[in-house]
Amino acid sequence: MAAQREKLPDKISIDMTPMIDCVFQLITFFMLTLKTVISEGDFQIRMPQGVSAGAASEDAVPPVQVKMRADFDGKLAGITMNGQGVPDFDQLRRKVIDLVGTGPGSNADKTEVELDCDYNLKYINVVNAISAVSGVPQADGTTIDLIKKIKFTPPKRR
Amino acid sequence: MAKRQSDGPEKTEIDMTPMIDMTFQLITFFMFTLNFSTAVQDDRIQLPSSQLAKPAKGPAEDPITLQLMLDGSVIYNGEAVPLREMGGYLENEKRVLISASKEPSAATVIVRADGRSKTGEVQDLIKLCQEKGFEKFVLRAEYDESRKK
Repeated sequence: MAAQREKLPDKISIDMTPMIDCVFQLITFFMLTLKTVISEGDFQIRMPQGVSAGAASEDAVPPVQVKMRADFDGKLAGITMNGQGVPDFDQLRRKVIDLVGTGPGSNADKTEVELDCDYNLKYINVVNAISAVSGVPQADGTTIDLIKKIKFTPPKRR
Repeated sequence: MAKRQSDGPEKTEIDMTPMIDMTFQLITFFMFTLNFSTAVQDDRIQLPSSQLAKPAKGPAEDPITLQLMLDGSVIYNGEAVPLREMGGYLENEKRVLISASKEPSAATVIVRADGRSKTGEVQDLIKLCQEKGFEKFVLRAEYDESRKK
């Protein structure tokens, strides 16, 4: 037994080549399937066709009308909320907070916003307007919810 | 010269350990970043970004993704279709849903519109869907984390 042990080599070298081949194949596979996905979010809108005006419940507050006008290039030319001019989307958010309030006793779930946009207005303005009326982003990443019910007036061509 | 060559070792052994360590680190990284999400995304669309667009909690029910490009055509199943021809495709979607004994109103239409496209065209597209009985719409936006105050 002792004699046999002495015959063994000091260091056993394992052939690494197949393992390295295989590992590199794996790396290549995972590298090529790497897909950078930008995180996306949603605004949910429920818009059935032809809802009759009488269907609204009696305690419902009349919708807040947000009108957005566009200039010839589709840039935002002016915002009005219930007929009053609003300089920008931050002011729009403040006005919505003044109107519905936040926290308990808020009218936010009963209120609806109706967006009236010019045909050629750039769509990003609509998303900004929905962001402004639907919530207040907080520093810790949470959101104070404002109006969630959003509808559009029918599109009108110039 | 000939003597020098014979002095060298017969086989040079390179220590493979650091390389293997690093390679396994790389594999682990790429394995964890692998995602199997089937969310439809297209480079031709430049989504508007918003801080309030929160990622959806779960997959939408019977999603139909319509992507409105800047030129007014719609990417539907990977093909660009002019907006006015979308009616026929939506009719097909409706028939498929009905044949699976589902109502079109239960399906979710995901609208991925380019931020620079015309609002009127987005509304026209939504109107076409409404005419076919679709009710649930989702306006998709890029979630903007950078603008946190």
